[in-house]
Amino acid sequence: MISIIIDATIRAGTSILYATLGEIIIERSGIINLGIEGLMLIGALSGFYTTYTTGSLFLGVISAVLIAGIAGLIHGILCTYFKGNQIVSGLALTMFGIGITAVLGKKMVGQTIEGFKRIEIPFLSKIPVIGNSIFNQDILVYLSIVLVFVITFVLYKTVWGLNLRTVGENPYAADVAGINVTAYKLWATFIGSGLAGLGGAYLSLAYTPLWIENMSAGRGWIAVALVIFASWSCKRALFGAYFFGGISAIQLRLQAMGTTISAHILQMLPYIFTIVVLIIATIKLEKGYSSQPESLGLVYDREDRK
Amino acid sequence: MSSCILKIENITKSFAGFIANKNVNLEIFEGEIHTILGENGAGKSTLMNILTGLYRPDSGNIYINGTRVNIKSPKDALNYKIGMVHQHFMLVNNISVFENLLLSMKLDSFVINERKLKSKVKEILREFELDIDIEMPVWKLSIGQQQWVELIKLLIRDSKILILDEPTAVLTPQESEFLFTFLTKLKSQNKAIIFISHKMKEVMTLSDKVTILKKGETVKTLNRGEFDEQLLAELMISNKEHLKLEKSAKVFSKQILKIKNLNVKNDKGLSDLSDFSLELFEGEILGIAGITGNGQKALAEVLTGLKKPLSGQIIVNDQDITYSTSKSKYISGIAHIPEDRKTMGIAPDLSVDENLILKNYSSDKFTNFFFLNKEKIKQNAREQIEKYSIKMGYDGIPVRLLSGGNIQKVIIARELSENPLILVALYPTRGLDVGSAEYVHQVILDSREKGMSTILISEDLDELLKISDRIAVMFRGKNMGYLSPESATKTEIGLLMSGKK
Repeated sequence: MISIIIDATIRAGTSILYATLGEIIIERSGIINLGIEGLMLIGALSGFYTTYTTGSLFLGVISAVLIAGIAGLIHGILCTYFKGNQIVSGLALTMFGIGITAVLGKKMVGQTIEGFKRIEIPFLSKIPVIGNSIFNQDILVYLSIVLVFVITFVLYKTVWGLNLRTVGENPYAADVAGINVTAYKLWATFIGSGLAGLGGAYLSLAYTPLWIENMSAGRGWIAVALVIFASWSCKRALFGAYFFGGISAIQLRLQAMGTTISAHILQMLPYIFTIVVLIIATIKLEKGYSSQPESLGLVYDREDRK
Repeated sequence: MSSCILKIENITKSFAGFIANKNVNLEIFEGEIHTILGENGAGKSTLMNILTGLYRPDSGNIYINGTRVNIKSPKDALNYKIGMVHQHFMLVNNISVFENLLLSMKLDSFVINERKLKSKVKEILREFELDIDIEMPVWKLSIGQQQWVELIKLLIRDSKILILDEPTAVLTPQESEFLFTFLTKLKSQNKAIIFISHKMKEVMTLSDKVTILKKGETVKTLNRGEFDEQLLAELMISNKEHLKLEKSAKVFSKQILKIKNLNVKNDKGLSDLSDFSLELFEGEILGIAGITGNGQKALAEVLTGLKKPLSGQIIVNDQDITYSTSKSKYISGIAHIPEDRKTMGIAPDLSVDENLILKNYSSDKFTNFFFLNKEKIKQNAREQIEKYSIKMGYDGIPVRLLSGGNIQKVIIARELSENPLILVALYPTRGLDVGSAEYVHQVILDSREKGMSTILISEDLDELLKISDRIAVMFRGKNMGYLSPESATKTEIGLLMSGKK
């Protein structure tokens, strides 16, 4: 029983984890991307479509990352070259993603593909209770966990990461230090959006290997909220994502066990927790324990006269 | 004979119809300290921003070591070894000093080799005899220390041309002395130093050459020996009349404000004011000296109702107003010139007319029932603009487009319009040119004649000594004691400012 819930938790949390990691990278550059939900759908559909037509899961993943990355780059360009409003542009991206995937995905509804297979890690998967649920997952789950550490390392231990953080904190300082602010913002948006697309592709290629209209079901929004909860740290994002995964897993299990609580209430749980988490995180922010990038959401204009 | 390292020829730069620099010419030589002097809006910052690649000039040439160069971005400026300590520091607050310094180092590997680089940074600090904890996040440092980090960044880059934009504005006299010795040392290493300052005394002691800018144009370059304070002031400002301030002798008897054992904590839970006490007499100008960040801001905020104290009392005319709201404090006669005029002093996108009534828009003077009375607002604006000779480009211009001095005039006009009892002025002349600063002083002195009391919080000791009736010194949220401007010396004040009695 515990083993099954842990397994379900990890599987439900992985797509949120990818999306959260993506948003962390984007926000570290100072750009807010509210288009995550749309990008996840774009990733989910392009991944599914590519795998359906080519039969290759690998190509599906690649196309999900690239296409979502390019879609996100539109947002990045609007926020840098055109000095657009990041909130409006992000919301537009989400609506665009929901709309276009609904239209283009019509033919894919009801089609099936062979999803990602579980890969059992020798020895470790034999650990009692947790072994089979943690070390017998598909490759995308393993990749997401590896990415948590890779991204943390890149952000804090490499020149690229230091420069990216500087751009997000104080683009003026970055600029006078000779860092190409726009290039960093665009790369971060591309990579982060690609990860959001990968989060979507995880849904359509591994979690439930199908295309269903609007299948991300608000996970993109949960990811945006989780970034604040995780105070822009990848490791905390891992816990946050699994926490939400756990809640969805438990509510599904409760439904399956036939509790008397209405299914609608149970389905609300992850979203209710999102609100609770946001309130707590906001109180923390208000008290000044903020690790929010200082220039988050602001337009950088070199010749702006302060 | 040292060589001309930087030559600026006929630089012109305009912003949306307003000319900031017009045919500016300047020559900087190796191993000299060259001061750029000019009123606010004279185009000093614009010129420096062109040199550092932040702005692109409309026309004109820049030569480095005789070769014509095109500085397209800050990166180019760095390649030409031009470095600048900006007035708004270019530091990342949330990361450590070490990481901030890394941004200025040439890193050849992708992964940061912390141990190796840390020892390298420490070595540089030792070489220049500087003592700063490089593990600290920048926001924990004092403003003075942050400035040193900025300076170290230039040293790490081995900049040949160092630009310092009003570096002493945030330092104690002793710290300024240390900085001057340091700059002299850099000068002897053949670096060219461009120094921007408003403070005549330091300009006199430090500069080898002075170039005066006025209304975006170069007036003159003078060598050491050719200039004195009087001459510089005359060349820089158009209006000589303001140079003398008259202050009548007064005896103060009636206590108007009493602050008793005030305690205030900031967002981070640290004490901003601890057992702070102060007395203010009617018609008095009480100067408050201290290094920025020793509770001055909290004092102003508590007095004007922007912040609630933990304990203590504020009594105005025998009335306890400790916990009154900012609105009722304003009504009971406390006016406020805030520290940051552009974010706290004005609503930047509103017009001058609207900004002038921000605090009393709901009074009968300006309303018909609950509608604003445009006529009366306009009338009021006309009077104030005339009275304070506020200069603006056109009618209805957003107030943020005015020059610093004129924005300050708008704020003063608004704050004094209801004849307050007490004016709390937080750094009212910071960043203003001499002419505008004199004007602010004049207004404060005029109001003193009418019986208004002023708490003048400033970091400029010359200013405090010039117009205050008494000076109190703040250190770590405490009142270190009162001094008389007639008898106190700068050294005395400086010692109190650093907590030594």
